[in-house]
Amino acid sequence: MNEGLGKSAALHVGLIVVLAAIQFVLPEYHQGNLARIMVLAGYAAGYNILFGYTGLLSLGHALFFAAGMYGMGLSIRLLDAAPAPALLAGLAAGAVVSLVIGVLALRTAGVAFMIVTLMFAQAGYLTILLMGAYTRGDEGFVISQAQRVMWGIDLSDPVNRYYAALILFAACLLVTLRLLRTRFGRALIAIRENEERARMLGYDVFRLKLGAVVISGTMSAASGAAYGLLFGYAGAGFASVQYSIFPLLWVLLGGAGTALGPFVGTLFMFYLIDLSSGLTTAYMLVAGVVLVLVTLFAPQGLAGELRRRAWRWLP
Amino acid sequence: MTRKITEPAGQTRRGALRTLAAGAGAAALPLWARYAQAQTSEPIRVGFQVHRTGIGAAYGRWYDRTTQAAAKLINEAGGINGRPLEIVAEDDGTDAKRGAEVVEKLATQLRCDVGFGTLFSHVVIGSAPRAGELKLPYFVVSEGHHVASGMLNRWTLQPGITDVKSQVQAMAPYVSSTLGKKVTMIFPDFAFGHDHRDYFTAALEAQGGQVLEHIAIPPTETSFTRYFPRIPRDTEVIYHVMVGPAVLTFVKELGEFFGPSRPELFGFIDSLEAVSLASPGLEFLDGSYFWEGNPRYAQSDQTSHDAFFREQVGVDENGASVSDPDDVSTYAHMFGCWETLYVIKKGMEIAGYQGPDDRAALIEAVEGIGEMELSDQHPQGAKRFNGKTHQAFGHQYISQVQGGKLIKVHTTSIEDTLYPDEVDYTTQSL
Repeated sequence: MNEGLGKSAALHVGLIVVLAAIQFVLPEYHQGNLARIMVLAGYAAGYNILFGYTGLLSLGHALFFAAGMYGMGLSIRLLDAAPAPALLAGLAAGAVVSLVIGVLALRTAGVAFMIVTLMFAQAGYLTILLMGAYTRGDEGFVISQAQRVMWGIDLSDPVNRYYAALILFAACLLVTLRLLRTRFGRALIAIRENEERARMLGYDVFRLKLGAVVISGTMSAASGAAYGLLFGYAGAGFASVQYSIFPLLWVLLGGAGTALGPFVGTLFMFYLIDLSSGLTTAYMLVAGVVLVLVTLFAPQGLAGELRRRAWRWLP
Repeated sequence: MTRKITEPAGQTRRGALRTLAAGAGAAALPLWARYAQAQTSEPIRVGFQVHRTGIGAAYGRWYDRTTQAAAKLINEAGGINGRPLEIVAEDDGTDAKRGAEVVEKLATQLRCDVGFGTLFSHVVIGSAPRAGELKLPYFVVSEGHHVASGMLNRWTLQPGITDVKSQVQAMAPYVSSTLGKKVTMIFPDFAFGHDHRDYFTAALEAQGGQVLEHIAIPPTETSFTRYFPRIPRDTEVIYHVMVGPAVLTFVKELGEFFGPSRPELFGFIDSLEAVSLASPGLEFLDGSYFWEGNPRYAQSDQTSHDAFFREQVGVDENGASVSDPDDVSTYAHMFGCWETLYVIKKGMEIAGYQGPDDRAALIEAVEGIGEMELSDQHPQGAKRFNGKTHQAFGHQYISQVQGGKLIKVHTTSIEDTLYPDEVDYTTQSL
C-alpha cells in the first residue's frame, strides 16, 4: 500500500516536473500545443471524477466548461473585471450551474441521466445564442491582450501561458489524487462499483453524487475559464454537444478511473488529429480507425491497460 | 571486403577529400551569403486555413479551387518578388478552437509567411488573437463585420471582400425605392442574423422605410410554417436571410403559405450558395430578388475580367463547375480568395518582402494600398481599402430570379457601402 503510494507520488509529481522542464526544449509549436492539452486535460480530469470514479456518464459537460468560460469572459466584457476576479466568477458560475443541474439531473439514472444532461447542455448552448446581445452568440468575442494581464503577468506570453496551464493541470491532478484518498472519494468508488450496496451500507448516495457533480463541474469550469483567458476567445461552439463528447473520448482513451488517464487521452487525441491531418485530408477517418483499434485492444484505455498489465498501484 | 565498406563503388580517396574540402568551403561562407541564397530560392508560403470539413465545407471546397487557380497564375507570372508562391493548406474543421490551433501550426511549425482564407466568423474571431500574438499577417475572406468593428487586431485584415454591414446597408436604397417601404425581416436567431436585423433596420429607416416585424428563427428549427402568420398583412417586402440546409424547406413552406399572391421577396444569396436554383421547391423564388457579392450567372454585360476568372477557376456561365453542372460554386464569396492573394502579392512587392522579419512592413504596405481598379486581379469590381479599419469596400449586386437564373438588375456604388470608421488599427503598435 505504502509502496504503491510512493510510486504514485513519484509518477505524478514526476510528470508535473517533466512538464515544467520540457518547455525549455520544446519547439514553439509544441509548447503551445502542450499548454492547450494541459488546460483541456483539466477539463477531462473533471469529467473523470464523475464518469471514471463515480460511474455517472454525463453528455452535458460542455455546459460546465462554457459556464466557466462565459462566467470569466462576460465578467471581463461587461463588467470590465480584472482577470483574477473574472476567473473566480468563472469558477463560481461553474459551481452554481453544476449544483443546480446536479440537483435536477440526479433524480434520474443511467440512460435518463445521459439524456437529461445532454438536454440541459443544449439548453445552455441555445441560451448563449439567444443572449447574443451580451455573448455575441455563435461568433463569440475576443478577450484582448490588455485584458489578460493578471498581477502584472501577461497571460498571452507563451511561457506565462504554459506555466499557467501547468498550474491548472497540476491542481486538477492533485485534487483528483487527494480526493481518492478521502472517505468521500472512496465512497464515490463504492457507488460506481455497486450503488445499491453503498446505499445499504448507509451512505447518502444522492448527496455524495451531488458532491461529485459539483466538484466535476467546477473543475471543468476552471478549465473553461482558463481556456478563454489564456487563448483570448469565448464562443458558443465550446458549449455545443461536440465539446461534451470530447472529454468522454479523452477519458475513455486515456483510461477512465485513472488519475493519469485524462492527460494521456487528451495528449493522444490531440496529436492523433494533428499528425494525421498532416498526412491526409481524410484525417478524421484515420482518427476514427485508430480510436476503434484502441477501444478493441485496450478497452480500459491506455493508462487503464498499463495498470492492468504492469502498474497495479496506479490510482 | 573492408575496401567495399570504407570506399563505396565509384568513390576514391581523392574524391572523398575533394568533397570534404568543398563542404568545408561551403561551411566557411559568411552566414548572410547562405541566407540570401535561401531567401531567393525558397517559396513564399501562404498558410491557407481552409474549411474542408464541418459546416463550411461547401465554401471551403470552392475557396480552395479559387486559391489554387490564383496561385498558379501568380507563379506562371513569376511569383512574388521572384519567388514562387506555395499554398500550405490546413483544415480547421470550421471550428474556432481548431482554427486557433491551425493558425499556430501555420505560423510556428509550417513556417508560413502569412495566414489566409478564413471564412466563418467564429473561426476568424477565435483565431485572430493568436495571429496577433504570433505577429502573423492574417488575411481573412469572411465578410464578417468583426474586422472593421475594431474587435480584432492590427495583424488581421480583410482586403478582398466587403463586410456584412456595408452589404446590408447598400441594399436599403434599392429595396425601399423599388420593392417597397414596409418590410418584414426573417432571419436566424444568432449573430449573423442579428447583424442583418440591426444594420438593415437602421439603413431602411434612413431611407424612410420601416421594418414592420422582426421574425427570428431559432437555429435548431426545421419547419417554419408556424412563424409565417406573424408576417403583417401590409408587408410589401419580405427580407429573408436563412442559412444552412433548412433554406429549401423555408422556401417551400413560404410558397405553400402565400400561394401565387405574395409580397416581394428579397434575400441574401448566402442561403443558396452552392445550391442549384433548379433544386425542387425553389420555383417559388422566381421573380424574387437577391443580394449577390458577385453575379453567379454570366451576365449580358459580363466583363472580360469575370470571363477570365471563370475560365481559370473552372466555372461555367451558370456558376457551376465546368466538369460537373451539379457542382454549384459559392460564386458570391469565393472571388475574395483570388483578390486577397493578389493584395498579398502587391503588398509584398511594395514592402520588398523577403521573410518573416518584413511582416510588419507588409501590414503597413497593405494598409496603404487604397484604391483597386477592376482588373483580372480584381474581377468582382473596383475596391477601396480602408487602411485604418482594415476593411475593403466595393460594389454590391442585386439580381432577380428570371426563368431559373439570376439576372443582375442593380449595381450599387462604392459610396453606398461606406460607413464611419469604428476603429483605427494603425494606432496599434506592430
